[in-house]
Amino acid sequence: MTTATARKIRVVVAKPGLDGHDRGAKIIARALRDAGMEVIYTGLHQTPEQIAETVIQEDADAVGLSILSGAHMTLVPKVVALLAEQGVDDVLVTVGGTIPADDIPELKKLGVAAVFTPGAGTDEIVDFIRAGATERHERGE
Amino acid sequence: MAAEPGSKPEFMQRDAEFTTISGQEIDPLYTEEDLDPGLEDRVGEPGSYPFTRGPYPSMYRGRLWTMRQFAGFGTARETNERFHYLLDHGQTGLSTAFDMPTLMGYDSDHERSLGEVGREGVAVDSLDDMEQLFAGIPLGGVTTSMTINAPAAILLAYYVLVGESQGVPPEKLGGTIQTDILKEYIAQKEWCFPIEPAMRLVTDMIEWCTETMPRWHPVSISGYHIREAGSTAQQELAFTLKDGFTYVERAIERGMDVDDFAPRLSFFFNAHVDFFEEIAKYRAARRIWARELRDTYGAKREESMRLRFHTQTAGVSLTAQQPLNNIVRTSLEAMAAVLGGTQSLHTNSFDEALALPTEEAVRVALRTQQIIAAESGVTATADPLGGSWFVEKLTDEMEAAAYGYFERIDELGGMVEAIRRNFPQREIADASFVYQQELNERKRIVVGVNDFTQDDEEPTAILKIDPALEAEQVGRVRAMRAARDGAAVESALAELKGAAAGEGNLMPPILAAARARATEGEMIAAMQEVFGTYTESPVF
Repeated sequence: MTTATARKIRVVVAKPGLDGHDRGAKIIARALRDAGMEVIYTGLHQTPEQIAETVIQEDADAVGLSILSGAHMTLVPKVVALLAEQGVDDVLVTVGGTIPADDIPELKKLGVAAVFTPGAGTDEIVDFIRAGATERHERGE
Repeated sequence: MAAEPGSKPEFMQRDAEFTTISGQEIDPLYTEEDLDPGLEDRVGEPGSYPFTRGPYPSMYRGRLWTMRQFAGFGTARETNERFHYLLDHGQTGLSTAFDMPTLMGYDSDHERSLGEVGREGVAVDSLDDMEQLFAGIPLGGVTTSMTINAPAAILLAYYVLVGESQGVPPEKLGGTIQTDILKEYIAQKEWCFPIEPAMRLVTDMIEWCTETMPRWHPVSISGYHIREAGSTAQQELAFTLKDGFTYVERAIERGMDVDDFAPRLSFFFNAHVDFFEEIAKYRAARRIWARELRDTYGAKREESMRLRFHTQTAGVSLTAQQPLNNIVRTSLEAMAAVLGGTQSLHTNSFDEALALPTEEAVRVALRTQQIIAAESGVTATADPLGGSWFVEKLTDEMEAAAYGYFERIDELGGMVEAIRRNFPQREIADASFVYQQELNERKRIVVGVNDFTQDDEEPTAILKIDPALEAEQVGRVRAMRAARDGAAVESALAELKGAAAGEGNLMPPILAAARARATEGEMIAAMQEVFGTYTESPVF
């Protein structure tokens, strides 16, 4: 991390959609915080518009979308499109939740960097976000 | 390893964790010496106070538990087909899962419903959908459970009206509606209103059902979701019972006699994979409820003290890896529920860490219950584990842990205030984080996840919800709105809003609006104009 700025990595953990399953989101938020990152947890029932706005306002390096309602193929493309509309193309987007294997290639095609499904360890997720966000810092953003 | 005479024997011990999944220390051996005096009074006999050994004298020898598989997806038509399938395969009760928009009080064509319609349950927007959901199922002959909370009064009204159209009056309808709003704020997080008006609606339903629906359970006080959100068994027990006491207090404050309504309160617990801890939890639950209802709330009838519960095996214990292993987990959990004395049971399907279950997976889950009932022999005698030193000790410890939490909640000013201060939410978040760390450190092993893993897994075929169903449902609710008497709906909604601003019971105006074919979303919106909405300040 020699070239990284002094600024902490900033991550938005977001719960789009209507499901109330926040166990995973909260565990990830806490693991990222314990790993020294600045974590903004949006809380539940967020619209894609609210999430995009939070990412931009917080100047986040990464956003983790947690979805367990089956609505990921509607909600993720919306968040990605809204970020692109605002000219944000360098934020690391990850998705976590009950995402069927068949949907993962399509999400990646949209620009989602990684999809974490049930059983993924927090260390793996923390490492992935740190690596991706550090790269963003090193590009001098 | 010869022990000195008179000293405790030394035990050989593997390098492993000897605590329950909730972190409770377990001794290498339990004997009579471990138990406090007075065991006979604490344990009693099945069917008698304090009901530790079960709510009924003969338990499953008299009558098996109800096999009740939770089902719901797509539109009412798809779910109705699944209901018929389950009944045809020997299921004995129905249980309805609603989709997220229905749980949150949004109609299918609301912008917040986009992508969510029929995904995690069935979409029900109006009486039309409810009629289709129960088409061909005589409501006088089944009992139905409905998992809905913030909008529960509206769904109950629709159900009553479907019964009416079949010629079955409300007093003949049997079943349960969840209605447990406190655990929504604590754990499941599907809400429509702030806590106080939501509590008023719960009390309205208890009052109305006590007068009108004597065979109905107006509240199913639920620990299931608390556990799924990551709590320990002790937290599940304590928060659930405390929620129950809070409803009892509200109904008594309303002027009701505890013995009139308490017999119709029922419970819903999780069955996690730690076998004996779960059994102890159910036994402690019955004992605490009986004691508090009698001694604190002045109940005189035994029916008021007798805790009866539904169980669902733990969704959270299922793994996406090597999913067939979940059949074994579910069997162990179901067995714990049965040995703990459950009155009704849902067994999860092995593919549910991946998606909603396929028909095949649901059938195996139902067969699991049938095998326990017909083949295992555990149903032949009441409470086969009663008197086990280990089980009785765990039961006592479980009870003590619950009372510890009751004290802390009382110090905060009761459950509603504790929720406002995020107390149960924080306890659950902490417990779930600790558990995750234990998995990371491999202090606890989950087969297929952090040990005994397999890289070359064949993909599992999963249930796919046709995206066209959402458009179909949106079309359906719009067509229904266009066809109904708009003026009658407007006037019923105005009545409902007026009633919400007053103090009377809200069930009659909700029934009137349901009859006029007002949608769920319209009724919720009318009440929100008076009550407002709820936003949580999350803790993690």
